Order: sequence, then structure tokens, then C-alpha cells
Amino acid sequence: MTCRWALPVLVVIGFIFTVIIEKYQLFNGYTVFVLVTIGINIILCASLNLVNGYMGEFSVGHAGFMGLGAYAASILTVKIFPNVDTPVLFFCAVIAGGLVAAFIGFLLAILSFKTRGDYLAIITLAFLMIVKSSLENIHYVGGPRGLLGIHHLTTLPWTFFWVVVTLWVIRNLIYSKIGRAIIAIREDEIAANAMGVRTREAKIFAFATSSFFGGIAGALYAHQIQFINPSSFDILKSTEILVMVYLGGVGSLGGSILGAVVFTLLYRFLEQLTIGPGQLGSWHFGPWQLGTWRMVIMPLILVLLMLFRPRGIMGLREFAWFLPSRELLTRRKKE
Amino acid sequence: MQYFAQQAINAIQLGSIYALIALGYSMVYGVLVMINFAHGDIFMVGAFVCLLIVSLCPVTLPFIVILLGVMLITALLGALIERFAYRPLRNAPRVSAIITALGCGLVIENTVLSISPYAKPMPVLFKVFTYHVDGITVTTLQLMIIGIAIFLMLGLDFLVRKTPFGMAMRAISFDTKTVPLMGINVNLMIALTFAIGAGLGGAAGMLYGLAYPVISASMGTLVGWKAFVAAVIGGIGDIRGAVLGGFILAAVEIMTVAFLPSTYRDLISYSLLLVILIFKPYGLLGSAPNQKV
Repeated sequence: MTCRWALPVLVVIGFIFTVIIEKYQLFNGYTVFVLVTIGINIILCASLNLVNGYMGEFSVGHAGFMGLGAYAASILTVKIFPNVDTPVLFFCAVIAGGLVAAFIGFLLAILSFKTRGDYLAIITLAFLMIVKSSLENIHYVGGPRGLLGIHHLTTLPWTFFWVVVTLWVIRNLIYSKIGRAIIAIREDEIAANAMGVRTREAKIFAFATSSFFGGIAGALYAHQIQFINPSSFDILKSTEILVMVYLGGVGSLGGSILGAVVFTLLYRFLEQLTIGPGQLGSWHFGPWQLGTWRMVIMPLILVLLMLFRPRGIMGLREFAWFLPSRELLTRRKKE
Repeated sequence: MQYFAQQAINAIQLGSIYALIALGYSMVYGVLVMINFAHGDIFMVGAFVCLLIVSLCPVTLPFIVILLGVMLITALLGALIERFAYRPLRNAPRVSAIITALGCGLVIENTVLSISPYAKPMPVLFKVFTYHVDGITVTTLQLMIIGIAIFLMLGLDFLVRKTPFGMAMRAISFDTKTVPLMGINVNLMIALTFAIGAGLGGAAGMLYGLAYPVISASMGTLVGWKAFVAAVIGGIGDIRGAVLGGFILAAVEIMTVAFLPSTYRDLISYSLLLVILIFKPYGLLGSAPNQKV
């Protein structure tokens, strides 16, 4: 696609389309729910891809940022302004959720200066567990029982808006000077440092941006599900996001979109096979359910994918209409 | 003081279980430089295999036979996972191996969860006597768990330090590329390392099931991740560090529960991990790897 107006025009048409769907209720509730979930998953996936794919670190703490964003935004809409019900408040709440997550991501980036690789993965794991158990011990937000009474504010146009913002910001970040520094960290951090790349600055940018959008996804998630508790943001959620990222392909925004769409649809499809009362979070009810086997099938797909296509569906490649120029990501990653 | 001593015994019991699991993480990391995230689930499988053996076998087996059976089956499982999931990826990017390990762990956990959705009670394998010494209660079960764990750890230490197998294993973790030139079958050694680590994990699962007699599929993540933290605190890749980390983590956890609300347990143990990694980025006994550009 050569026309540079094509993408913005498509985005505007898509946005109008989502508004029409929302206003005239063209789709039933479940379809909209699945579409919003896909949107949230795209945001999560693209933002985690910035750290795990482009920077080449292995963060397992993304659900923690999601949880921080979800709680921060929900405190604003439920506890502080319970009676205000305007889109402006929701917008501000989502931004606030993102900012809280970004601040913690910034702190985590400072920790990442000294450690890397497996040990950085462990730090993000510790961070995730600390967030979860801190939330469990704060009675103001309901402790382990969680926060109830969140309004349903995440509509399809809002989700679409945030998906576009996320992809736009991350894409532009990747092709900026800092983005090249981020990719240089992945290729070889010490060599990049020796060449005068400001790796610390790049790490802070990558972590803060990634966690900002993780927080935004969390805020949207909270106002979609209308109920959050600390165990919604545990290691299982992180693994789910990781599965999406590596399914779609590391270092590829197109892969993130594809991974999120394929994962969500597959997940929902396998859920249809459930026999019995169903499932809430990670708790299963009923004596024998086919549905629980989907959590066997999903990781099995991931393992097979890793064995036969270790870089995911779109690993290190990109949809052509996403690229300003094609040469940047065609290099193979050295290990 | 009595209360403290009582908690100390509990801590040693939990610590020896953590140490046994942490050894598996550490050994695999030592030879392959890979975090085997499926190890916690092998630990869980150990407890379930024990339950299965006891409930399926018509005659009452002696305890030692059950323990050996559990260790053998989990060792086989560990070797199988290595053969079919990790070996094809040995030259792939490291992240692929980590993701595969996470995936294998989830497959095992959710398979067990789908087969047995509820927590199951663990059978009592032998009659437990309780001793009261100076106001402190000690059961034969606790003594046995600690004894078996320490016996296994000493055995492993002997294996790694004094036998040709141990020498080969240490050589692989020192330099993977040169070792095959010395006529060592690297594939066999790595498979054996996985099998031994998984066997120890399975034994730990059985002991854990006896000590806290309700087992469930989520046990692998709950306890397994803790043991992983223990391995990291001690310096992952270092066998003695894993044992040290196991006992430190258990002491911190038990003392937290003893003197603070129990909901603070995870918060404090993971904060400890974070603090230790900030000041000693490679764990208490670990050393920084050489970086080459």
C-alpha cells in the first residue's frame, strides 16, 4: 500500500463503524464483548512486545501493570467520583491508570540497569507477586475479595480508540531514534553501549511505555468485566499475554495483532465446549468439564509452535503497511 | 522461646522441601542455563503419583517402595519433557526454551486439573507418633521428612562432587562446547540431570503431601514458584545455594506467619527476593557470568 493516507482513512472509517455498532447495537452483547476483549488483548500484546520482542528482555510482570492500571482507574471511578458518569472522567481514569503503571514501570526500569536476562525476568516475577499480595492486603480496595460496583464504561469505540493510540505510539517509538536504541539493546547491549547508544534512556522509555499501555489495558479491562480482584492479575494472566505475544511473533506489531486475535477467538471457541456451570477466573466448577481442557490445548499449541516455528507466526516480520521502510527488521536476531 | 523453637522446627521441615525442589531448578540451570518452569508441576505430579500408587495398589506397600516409585516415575517424566520439549530447542533462542517450559508446566498443571478438579486428601502412609520435648512438639513424620530430605541432598552432593557423572555434569555447566570433545555423551548427561532433578522434585511433592495432607493441581504453581525463588536467592545454578535459599526462604515465611498476619507471607518473601537481587544480582552464592561481545 503506497498511499500514505490509506491508514489514517481506514482508522477513521473503523472508528465511525464502531460508533455505529455501539449506537444501533448491530451486534449482540457477546460479539461486542469478544471484540472488546480482542482490543484489550491487542493493547496488552503490543505493549509487552515492546519489552519482550523489541528489547529482547523477558518480562513476566505485565499482568502486574495491568492490575495497577485497573485498580488505579477503578478507584477513581468507583471510590473518588462515584456519581460522575461522563466520558471525560473515564478518559482521565484510564490515563491515570496508565500513568500509575508507567511510574512503577519506570522504577522497574531503574532496577533493570544492573540485572538482565533471567534475573530481570525474576525481578518482574517478584514485582508481579508483590503487586498481587499488596493489593490483597489493602482493605480500601476490598482486599482479596476485590473491587465491586465498577460501571460498564469500556465501549467498543473507546477500545478502538485506545488500540489505535497504542499501535500508533508504539510503532512511532520503534522507528524513532529511541526505538533503534531499544532494538540495539536486543541485539547486543554491551556493544550498543560501546557505540554510544544511551541504553539506560532506551530501557526507561521501553519499560515506561510498555507499562503505561499495560495499565491502560487494565483500566479498560476493569470497566469491561466490572469486577476486579487481585487474583485476576496473577502469573496465569501474564502467561496468557506471553502466549499471545509469542504466538503472534516477537518483535512484530502485526504479529501482536494477529496473536491477540487468534488467541482470543481460539479461547472463546474452546470455551464453547464447556460442559457444566462454567468458570470464574481461575476457579473451575463442575465435576467434569471439557472447557478446562482448553487450558491444556492452548499451551500445547504454544509448545508445538515453539518447536516448529520458534519465532511465532510473524516473528520479526511486519505487515508491509506498518513499515516506514523495510530494512530495519529484516536482520535475524543473533543468539 | 518455646513458640520460636516450635516454629523453627516447622521452618526446617518446609525448608528441606523447598531445598529439594530448588535443587531441580538449580541443576538444570547449571547445565543448560535455562529456567525449567515445568519443574514446579513435576513436584505436584509427585504428590499425585504417590496418591495414585497408594490408591491403586491392593497391598500396602512399604514406605520406601512408594518413595522410590514416585521418584522413578517423576524422573521418567522429567527425562521425557527434556527429550521432546527442550532438546529440539537447545540451539534455538533462549526465550523459546523458556516459553516452552512455561507451556509444558501449564499443560501438566491443567491436565491434572482437568482430571482432578478438586483438592484431594493425602492418605496416611504410616502411624505418626508425637514426642513432647521440653514443651516442643515433634512428630515422627517431621523427623522423617527432614531426614529423607537431608539424606537425598547429601546423596546428590556426593554424586555431583565425587562420581564421574558429577564431574561430567560440572564440566557441562563449565563449558558446553568442549565437553563433547572429551568423549562425554552430553545428551545423556543432560537427560540424567533432568531425571535426577525431577526425581528429587517428585520426592519433595510426596513429602509435601504427607506434611500438608491436601493436594491440588495448583500446588505446583504455589509451592513451585516459591522453590524457584529459593533457588534464585541462593544463586541459581549453585547446588549448595539452592539448599541455603530453601532454608532461608522457609525461615522467613514461617516467621512471617508466626508473628504477622498470614496474608503478608507472599509479600515479604517476594520483597526479600527483590531486595536480595538488587544488592546481589546473582544470588547469595552465585557468581556473575562472563560477558563476551
